[in-house]
Amino acid sequence: MSAAAILDWGLGLAQGALVLAMALAAWRMLRGPRAHDRILGLDTLYLNGMLAIVVHGMRTGSGLYFEAALIIGMIGFTATVALAKFLMQGEVIQ
Amino acid sequence: MNRILPYPVLSAALGVTWLLLNAPPTPGSILLALMVGLAVPHVMRALRPRAVRVRAPGLLARLAVIVLYDMVRSNIDVARIILGLRRGERRTGFVAIPLDLREPFGLAVLSIILTATPGTLWVQYDSDTGRLLMHVLDYTDGDAWIRRVKDRYERPLMEIFA
Amino acid sequence: MTGADLPVWAAWLVVALALTGAAFSLTGALGLVRLRTFYERVHAPTLGATLGTALILCGSMLLLSLLEGRLVLRDALIGVFLTVTTPVTLLLLARAAAHRDRHEGNPGAPPKL
Repeated sequence: MSAAAILDWGLGLAQGALVLAMALAAWRMLRGPRAHDRILGLDTLYLNGMLAIVVHGMRTGSGLYFEAALIIGMIGFTATVALAKFLMQGEVIQ
Repeated sequence: MNRILPYPVLSAALGVTWLLLNAPPTPGSILLALMVGLAVPHVMRALRPRAVRVRAPGLLARLAVIVLYDMVRSNIDVARIILGLRRGERRTGFVAIPLDLREPFGLAVLSIILTATPGTLWVQYDSDTGRLLMHVLDYTDGDAWIRRVKDRYERPLMEIFA
Repeated sequence: MTGADLPVWAAWLVVALALTGAAFSLTGALGLVRLRTFYERVHAPTLGATLGTALILCGSMLLLSLLEGRLVLRDALIGVFLTVTTPVTLLLLARAAAHRDRHEGNPGAPPKL
């Protein structure tokens, strides 16, 4: 097998695994049972989505996806912190 | 360090981040990185963060190696638990650890270490009594977890950020 | 197609890093489904946030460095950022869960400090 074929297949498989991980996290997010379970699912969904984008960047061989991954990581962090804070106090801004 | 470099570690981190984002380095981006590294810490001065003092850099490097090893090992342990490859009964539980570490930077690094090793989760820390409540995925009786946290991580951290 | 002029061993190495990282991430997400209580489940995503991310980012840095013919360390920034933020996220979530469980007097609630 040529190097390009190995990369294409292997990285595609990794991407598939990450998408499956996103589906499992989404299941936990929709299923609950409690609100903090859903937030944990959302956080995992974000994380695996970020990794899937990094792997997609590797597959296309371009560095352009780096910024997207970094921003998804940042927004995921902010969202989770805000939601967890809301659960604790019932308000985000105080 | 005084007027020009109030927070040398922050300056270095900002400069390196700038260069990494704008790789490959050109004379222009190096100049900008220097400017960012020199100017931004002066803005931070208004917030008056406490200066970090690392006493023992050698110990810090050794701790990093230990944490890296523990991270890989506990990742494999937790993966085995999730996949059901481990025989025998498993219990989970909360462990309360009396900490002697009071330095905020040391506590921050300890929280990063405990989170980076799956299987341990920092739940709550009481700054008045210095007690830390931790959840462990693989609970054992006795003070095995307390000793592990105190000997492996807390003692080096207390020496580093003394 | 990318990496047509890459040596075969390098392609295998990159694929091995990315696949192992993705496998750890998937195991973490599986734990989110399989483990029984919330406090057990919080441990699961750290698998993806630590070793999973580290391996995938190492693979990405290796591949981009080889493709561009220079050292590309940019992806390490994602790793640094994630290392610093994950404790904050999980700590806040665990605190919120502990607060609610204690407030409602649930049987699995953590003991008082």
